[in-house]
Amino acid sequence: MLLIHCPYCDEDRPELEFRNAGEAHIARPENIAEISDEEFAQFFFIRTNPKGLIYERWRHIHGCARFFNAVRDSVSDKFLMTYKAGEKRPTVKAGEKA
Amino acid sequence: MADASRIHPLAGRKVANPAVTLTPAEPAARLSLRARPDAVAALSKALGVKLPEMPKRSATSKSGGRAALWLGPDEWLVIDTAGGDPLADCAKVKALHSAVDISHRNTAILVEGKGAEATLSAGCPQDLSLTVFPVGACSRTILGKIEVVIWRTGETAFRVECWRSFSAYAFDFLEEAARDAPIAA
Ligand SMILES: [Zn+2]
Repeated sequence: MLLIHCPYCDEDRPELEFRNAGEAHIARPENIAEISDEEFAQFFFIRTNPKGLIYERWRHIHGCARFFNAVRDSVSDKFLMTYKAGEKRPTVKAGEKA
Repeated sequence: MADASRIHPLAGRKVANPAVTLTPAEPAARLSLRARPDAVAALSKALGVKLPEMPKRSATSKSGGRAALWLGPDEWLVIDTAGGDPLADCAKVKALHSAVDISHRNTAILVEGKGAEATLSAGCPQDLSLTVFPVGACSRTILGKIEVVIWRTGETAFRVECWRSFSAYAFDFLEEAARDAPIAA
Protein backbone atom coordinates (compact mmCIF):
# COMPACT_ATOMS: atom_id res chain seq x y z
CA MET A 1 0.00 0.00 0.00
CA LEU A 2 1.10 3.52 -0.87
CA LEU A 3 1.64 5.80 2.11
CA ILE A 4 0.98 9.52 1.81
CA HIS A 5 2.27 12.05 4.33
CA CYS A 6 -0.55 14.31 5.55
CA PRO A 7 0.92 17.67 6.59
CA TYR A 8 -1.96 18.25 9.02
CA CYS A 9 -1.90 14.81 10.70
CA ASP A 10 1.91 14.93 10.40
CA GLU A 11 1.98 11.22 9.70
CA ASP A 12 2.27 8.77 6.81
CA ARG A 13 -1.21 7.43 6.23
CA PRO A 14 -2.65 4.78 3.88
CA GLU A 15 -3.67 5.96 0.42
CA LEU A 16 -7.20 4.64 0.95
CA GLU A 17 -7.85 7.62 3.23
CA PHE A 18 -7.00 10.14 0.48
CA ARG A 19 -8.56 11.51 -2.67
CA ASN A 20 -6.87 13.34 -5.52
CA ALA A 21 -8.31 16.80 -6.19
CA GLY A 22 -6.63 17.86 -9.44
CA GLU A 23 -3.82 20.24 -10.24
CA ALA A 24 -2.66 22.65 -7.54
CA HIS A 25 -1.93 26.38 -7.64
CA ILE A 26 -4.69 27.28 -10.08
CA ALA A 27 -6.14 30.58 -8.96
CA ARG A 28 -9.76 31.28 -9.78
CA PRO A 29 -9.96 34.65 -11.62
CA GLU A 30 -11.35 37.30 -9.31
CA ASN A 31 -13.33 38.89 -12.15
CA ILE A 32 -14.90 35.60 -13.23
CA ALA A 33 -18.05 37.25 -14.69
CA GLU A 34 -16.05 39.55 -16.94
CA ILE A 35 -13.54 37.21 -18.56
CA SER A 36 -14.08 35.84 -22.07
CA ASP A 37 -15.19 32.29 -22.81
CA GLU A 38 -11.68 31.51 -24.02
CA GLU A 39 -10.15 32.79 -20.80
CA PHE A 40 -12.69 30.86 -18.76
CA ALA A 41 -11.99 27.67 -20.71
CA GLN A 42 -8.28 28.20 -20.13
CA PHE A 43 -8.81 28.50 -16.37
CA PHE A 44 -11.48 25.81 -16.06
CA PHE A 45 -10.43 23.03 -18.44
CA ILE A 46 -6.81 23.38 -19.43
CA ARG A 47 -4.26 21.59 -17.24
CA THR A 48 -0.52 21.21 -17.70
CA ASN A 49 -0.59 17.38 -17.48
CA PRO A 50 3.21 17.11 -17.36
CA LYS A 51 5.26 13.96 -17.70
CA GLY A 52 7.35 14.10 -14.54
CA LEU A 53 6.89 16.53 -11.67
CA ILE A 54 3.31 17.53 -11.02
CA TYR A 55 1.87 19.78 -8.31
CA GLU A 56 -1.45 18.42 -7.12
CA ARG A 57 -4.17 19.04 -4.58
CA TRP A 58 -5.04 16.11 -2.41
CA ARG A 59 -7.60 15.71 0.32
CA HIS A 60 -7.27 13.56 3.42
CA ILE A 61 -10.96 12.90 3.05
CA HIS A 62 -11.23 9.88 5.36
CA GLY A 63 -8.83 11.36 7.91
CA CYS A 64 -8.57 14.99 8.99
CA ALA A 65 -10.58 15.97 5.87
CA ARG A 66 -8.11 18.74 4.99
CA PHE A 67 -7.01 19.72 1.47
CA PHE A 68 -3.26 19.98 1.00
CA ASN A 69 -0.77 20.06 -1.85
CA ALA A 70 1.67 17.46 -3.05
CA VAL A 71 4.57 17.23 -5.49
CA ARG A 72 4.42 13.91 -7.28
CA ASP A 73 6.30 12.31 -10.13
CA SER A 74 3.76 11.23 -12.74
CA VAL A 75 6.24 8.71 -14.20
CA SER A 76 7.14 6.83 -11.02
CA ASP A 77 3.98 7.83 -9.10
CA LYS A 78 6.27 8.69 -6.16
CA PHE A 79 5.31 11.48 -3.81
CA LEU A 80 8.28 13.83 -3.38
CA MET A 81 6.73 16.05 -0.75
CA THR A 82 3.46 17.35 0.65
CA TYR A 83 2.71 20.76 2.15
CA LYS A 84 -0.20 22.65 3.66
CA ALA A 85 -2.74 24.51 1.54
CA GLY A 86 -1.80 28.15 1.14
CA GLU A 87 1.94 27.52 1.40
CA LYS A 88 4.18 28.64 -1.44
CA ARG A 89 4.83 26.29 -4.32
CA PRO A 90 8.17 24.67 -3.44
CA THR A 91 10.93 24.13 -5.98
CA VAL A 92 11.70 20.47 -6.34
CA LYS A 93 13.85 18.77 -8.98
CA ALA A 94 12.77 15.48 -10.53
CA GLY A 95 14.14 12.46 -8.72
CA GLU A 96 14.91 14.56 -5.66
CA LYS A 97 13.16 13.96 -2.37
CA ALA A 98 12.56 17.26 -0.59
CA MET B 1 -52.55 3.84 21.88
CA ALA B 2 -49.55 3.34 19.64
CA ASP B 3 -46.43 2.39 21.48
CA ALA B 4 -43.45 4.08 19.87
CA SER B 5 -39.93 3.17 20.86
CA ARG B 6 -36.55 3.77 19.30
CA ILE B 7 -34.87 0.57 18.19
CA HIS B 8 -31.10 0.30 18.42
CA PRO B 9 -29.79 -0.41 14.90
CA LEU B 10 -27.73 -3.31 16.27
CA ALA B 11 -30.28 -4.55 18.80
CA GLY B 12 -29.70 -8.15 19.78
CA ARG B 13 -26.33 -8.48 18.04
CA LYS B 14 -23.41 -9.82 20.01
CA VAL B 15 -20.24 -11.73 19.21
CA ALA B 16 -18.06 -13.41 21.80
CA ASN B 17 -15.21 -15.80 21.23
CA PRO B 18 -12.09 -16.50 23.33
CA ALA B 19 -10.18 -13.62 21.67
CA VAL B 20 -12.68 -10.85 21.05
CA THR B 21 -16.14 -9.58 21.89
CA LEU B 22 -18.27 -7.25 19.78
CA THR B 23 -20.91 -5.29 21.64
CA PRO B 24 -23.25 -2.60 20.33
CA ALA B 25 -22.58 0.53 22.41
CA GLU B 26 -25.35 2.12 24.44
CA PRO B 27 -26.94 5.21 22.87
CA ALA B 28 -24.90 8.37 23.53
CA ALA B 29 -25.07 12.09 22.91
CA ARG B 30 -22.69 13.15 20.16
CA LEU B 31 -21.56 16.43 18.66
CA SER B 32 -19.74 17.32 15.52
CA LEU B 33 -17.84 20.36 16.77
CA ARG B 34 -15.98 22.82 14.54
CA ALA B 35 -14.11 25.81 15.88
CA ARG B 36 -11.08 28.02 15.27
CA PRO B 37 -8.22 28.12 17.79
CA ASP B 38 -9.57 31.26 19.50
CA ALA B 39 -12.74 29.43 20.60
CA VAL B 40 -11.07 26.27 21.88
CA ALA B 41 -10.47 27.45 25.45
CA ALA B 42 -14.06 28.62 25.99
CA LEU B 43 -15.53 25.46 24.45
CA SER B 44 -13.23 23.26 26.54
CA LYS B 45 -14.38 25.05 29.68
CA ALA B 46 -18.07 24.76 28.79
CA LEU B 47 -17.78 21.08 27.90
CA GLY B 48 -15.58 20.16 30.86
CA VAL B 49 -13.14 18.47 28.48
CA LYS B 50 -9.95 20.06 27.17
CA LEU B 51 -10.32 19.82 23.38
CA PRO B 52 -7.13 18.15 22.14
CA GLU B 53 -5.14 20.16 19.61
CA MET B 54 -2.77 17.43 18.49
CA PRO B 55 -3.58 14.89 15.75
CA LYS B 56 -5.02 11.53 16.85
CA ARG B 57 -5.47 12.67 20.48
CA SER B 58 -8.52 12.35 22.67
CA ALA B 59 -9.37 13.78 26.06
CA THR B 60 -11.93 12.73 28.66
CA SER B 61 -13.72 14.63 31.39
CA LYS B 62 -12.76 14.03 35.02
CA SER B 63 -15.81 11.84 35.55
CA GLY B 64 -15.00 9.95 32.35
CA GLY B 65 -18.51 10.35 31.01
CA ARG B 66 -17.57 12.69 28.21
CA ALA B 67 -14.81 12.60 25.62
CA ALA B 68 -13.53 14.84 22.83
CA LEU B 69 -11.79 13.19 19.89
CA TRP B 70 -9.55 15.19 17.53
CA LEU B 71 -10.72 14.57 13.96
CA GLY B 72 -9.04 17.48 12.19
CA PRO B 73 -7.28 20.79 12.94
CA ASP B 74 -10.63 22.46 13.67
CA GLU B 75 -12.92 19.47 14.16
CA TRP B 76 -13.82 17.24 17.11
CA LEU B 77 -16.23 14.44 17.86
CA VAL B 78 -17.70 14.87 21.33
CA ILE B 79 -19.25 11.76 22.88
CA ASP B 80 -21.26 11.89 26.10
CA THR B 81 -22.24 8.53 27.58
CA ALA B 82 -23.36 9.91 30.95
CA GLY B 83 -26.69 11.44 29.96
CA GLY B 84 -25.30 14.97 29.63
CA ASP B 85 -26.27 17.50 26.99
CA PRO B 86 -23.07 18.74 25.28
CA LEU B 87 -25.07 20.75 22.74
CA ALA B 88 -26.63 22.83 25.53
CA ASP B 89 -23.19 23.31 27.09
CA CYS B 90 -21.76 24.62 23.80
CA ALA B 91 -24.76 26.93 23.33
CA LYS B 92 -23.51 28.97 26.31
CA VAL B 93 -20.26 29.77 24.49
CA LYS B 94 -20.21 33.18 22.77
CA ALA B 95 -17.10 32.49 20.65
CA LEU B 96 -17.84 31.51 17.05
CA HIS B 97 -18.22 27.75 16.61
CA SER B 98 -20.43 25.15 14.97
CA ALA B 99 -21.93 22.36 17.07
CA VAL B 100 -24.19 19.86 15.34
CA ASP B 101 -26.01 17.12 17.22
CA ILE B 102 -25.19 13.80 15.53
CA SER B 103 -26.30 11.55 18.39
CA HIS B 104 -28.54 9.54 16.09
CA ARG B 105 -26.40 9.74 12.96
CA ASN B 106 -23.79 7.57 14.62
CA THR B 107 -23.81 4.39 16.56
CA ALA B 108 -20.84 2.53 17.94
CA ILE B 109 -19.45 -0.98 18.29
CA LEU B 110 -17.19 -1.89 21.19
CA VAL B 111 -14.42 -4.25 20.10
CA GLU B 112 -12.67 -5.76 23.12
CA GLY B 113 -10.26 -8.54 23.95
CA LYS B 114 -6.74 -9.63 23.08
CA GLY B 115 -7.83 -10.12 19.46
CA ALA B 116 -9.43 -6.66 19.16
CA GLU B 117 -6.51 -5.10 17.27
CA ALA B 118 -6.32 -8.04 14.84
CA THR B 119 -10.08 -7.87 14.27
CA LEU B 120 -9.95 -4.20 13.30
CA SER B 121 -6.81 -4.65 11.22
CA ALA B 122 -8.78 -6.98 8.96
CA GLY B 123 -10.46 -3.90 7.53
CA CYS B 124 -8.53 -0.84 8.67
CA PRO B 125 -5.41 0.12 6.69
CA GLN B 126 -3.91 2.15 9.56
CA ASP B 127 -1.20 0.82 11.83
CA LEU B 128 -3.11 0.10 15.04
CA SER B 129 -0.17 -1.27 17.01
CA LEU B 130 0.27 0.16 20.50
CA THR B 131 3.41 2.13 19.59
CA VAL B 132 1.71 4.01 16.74
CA PHE B 133 -1.86 3.94 18.03
CA PRO B 134 -1.57 4.06 21.84
CA VAL B 135 -4.36 4.05 24.40
CA GLY B 136 -6.36 7.26 23.91
CA ALA B 137 -5.48 7.55 20.22
CA CYS B 138 -8.35 8.19 17.84
CA SER B 139 -8.73 8.70 14.14
CA ARG B 140 -11.23 8.99 11.38
CA THR B 141 -10.29 6.26 8.92
CA ILE B 142 -11.63 3.36 6.84
CA LEU B 143 -13.09 0.01 7.82
CA GLY B 144 -13.67 -2.15 4.76
CA LYS B 145 -15.76 0.07 2.50
CA ILE B 146 -16.97 2.58 5.07
CA GLU B 147 -15.66 5.55 6.99
CA VAL B 148 -15.40 5.11 10.75
CA VAL B 149 -13.83 6.77 13.77
CA ILE B 150 -11.69 4.40 15.79
CA TRP B 151 -10.84 5.27 19.39
CA ARG B 152 -8.56 3.10 21.48
CA THR B 153 -10.02 3.15 24.99
CA GLY B 154 -7.68 0.51 26.41
CA GLU B 155 -4.77 -1.69 25.37
CA THR B 156 -7.23 -4.28 24.10
CA ALA B 157 -10.37 -2.15 23.76
CA PHE B 158 -11.62 0.01 20.91
CA ARG B 159 -14.75 2.00 20.23
CA VAL B 160 -15.72 2.08 16.56
CA GLU B 161 -18.07 4.93 15.69
CA CYS B 162 -19.89 4.56 12.39
CA TRP B 163 -22.93 5.95 10.67
CA ARG B 164 -26.13 4.33 11.87
CA SER B 165 -27.16 3.19 8.39
CA PHE B 166 -23.73 1.59 7.87
CA SER B 167 -23.69 -0.17 11.21
CA ALA B 168 -25.08 -3.48 9.94
CA TYR B 169 -22.23 -3.60 7.40
CA ALA B 170 -19.68 -2.67 10.07
CA PHE B 171 -20.95 -5.32 12.47
CA ASP B 172 -21.06 -8.01 9.76
CA PHE B 173 -17.53 -7.11 8.72
CA LEU B 174 -16.20 -7.24 12.28
CA GLU B 175 -18.07 -10.46 13.00
CA GLU B 176 -16.39 -12.10 10.02
CA ALA B 177 -12.99 -10.71 11.07
CA ALA B 178 -13.52 -11.84 14.66
CA ARG B 179 -13.62 -15.45 13.51
CA ASP B 180 -9.92 -15.24 12.67
CA ALA B 181 -8.97 -13.30 15.79
CA PRO B 182 -8.35 -16.37 17.99
CA ILE B 183 -5.71 -17.52 15.47
CA ALA B 184 -4.08 -14.11 15.07
CA ALA B 185 -4.10 -13.14 18.75
ZN1 LIG C 1 -4.71 14.43 7.68
